[in-house]
Amino acid sequence: MEQLTIKNGLMKFKILIISLTALICFNSQELTAQDDLEKLLNDQAGDETNYVYATFKNSRVLNGQSIETLKSRNFEFRISHRFGEIDQGAYTLWGLDQANIHFSLEYGIFNWINVGIGRGTYEKTYDGFVKFRIIRQSAGARNMPVSLVYLSTIAINSLNEQALNDYFTNRLSYCHQLLIARKYNESISFQLSPTLIHRNFVETAIDINDLYAMGFGGRIKLSKRISFNAEYFHVVKPSSVDYAFYNPLSFGFDIETGGHVFQLHITNSLAMIEKGFIGETTGKWKDKGIHIGFNISRTFAF
Amino acid sequence: MMKPAIFIVLMLLGLVTVSYSQDKFITKTGHVWFFSSTPMENIEAHNHQASGIIDTKTGDIVITALMKSFEFQKALMQEHFNENYVESTKFPKTSFKGKIVNLKDINFSKAGKYKAKVEGELTIHGETKKISHTGDIEIKDGKILVNAKFNVVPEDYKIVIPGLVREKVAKQIEVKVEMVYEPMKP
Repeated sequence: MEQLTIKNGLMKFKILIISLTALICFNSQELTAQDDLEKLLNDQAGDETNYVYATFKNSRVLNGQSIETLKSRNFEFRISHRFGEIDQGAYTLWGLDQANIHFSLEYGIFNWINVGIGRGTYEKTYDGFVKFRIIRQSAGARNMPVSLVYLSTIAINSLNEQALNDYFTNRLSYCHQLLIARKYNESISFQLSPTLIHRNFVETAIDINDLYAMGFGGRIKLSKRISFNAEYFHVVKPSSVDYAFYNPLSFGFDIETGGHVFQLHITNSLAMIEKGFIGETTGKWKDKGIHIGFNISRTFAF
Repeated sequence: MMKPAIFIVLMLLGLVTVSYSQDKFITKTGHVWFFSSTPMENIEAHNHQASGIIDTKTGDIVITALMKSFEFQKALMQEHFNENYVESTKFPKTSFKGKIVNLKDINFSKAGKYKAKVEGELTIHGETKKISHTGDIEIKDGKILVNAKFNVVPEDYKIVIPGLVREKVAKQIEVKVEMVYEPMKP
């Protein structure tokens, strides 16, 4: 009799264990059913390539262009303004009286090719550019650490001067840049801009027509819509000539509001086209030869 | 003595894995779009790459969509949507995990139109909210056609719309789902 009771007890115990296990198994099956479904869905999805966007808030880092291109059928209208040097004292309201402007209209033919035309006060220059997007930074199925853009600018000096009136080609300058940028994270982006500027006409025989420079630009996002930008171009000083110009250094803030981006900055360059601000900067930071300036851009879509 | 017990337990555990059968229907080209209408501006975006899976035996539904795949007519709007509003680098996907509660009313093997009451959790911008809506299910040619429409309040999902542009975005955003599910090949 005792043996039967013990056997019964063991059987009941076994049945209890099995039922509990079954209960747990079925319950957890329901709990994870949706997670399993989701996993199944993800497995089917495969690898995607994520292309980086908004490396900079604008098509300009500060003076120089950034790797951002306009999308197809988008226009951007830009107005840039540089005041006079702030070391001029109160009479000129620290340079606010003097205005140097540049405005341009830029268009995205396709996502990967932009064109633009502009006009600036500096040497009454008309300018135009073509911007090609070569590579986009991406992660995922296709990994690319940087974005690469090629920029080609032409500047036409329209001042009324003897040497320029003699030959039209004397008015022309060209600038070629390869823009290489990387967005490190949501806040920080950095760009290198190796540059070649060719001036058809230079002042003296020992002046050089070709100028090489390397641009360093970057931004730190301070909030969703505000970033701090900095830019420096190191110009390779020609050895033959007593080079009278300085390297451009600029600091500023980008403020984005819907369709506008405002860029407020301080820079030692007066010009707003490459040949001017890279090759012909006369202001010196040490002597407070710096200008307050701003860029405003507005994007339209058609 | 314990061997049969262990055997049964192992068999039961084996049931935990998902079975591959004609119970599951899947799509990777679902159409999800949303529309916001205000006197100031209309905002509309379409995602044609939403993924979804339905388990007809249990009524479980899972739908996911990549935020970056929502296409706007204005490229700048798309950039702002991703960078400033839904922060798609932090929260790349939106997902819905739910269940058809009136499963018995739907016969997945018979052609016809049914109303499906779905309850579940919607996750947008990293925030999850319980939602419950009725959608249309049509069984046709062995496929499941799903049509649903519901409203979403951006603030519910901690999507910050600054005061300056608040009038440009509707308080309730209309979301529409249109997907064709096909039997999943095992």
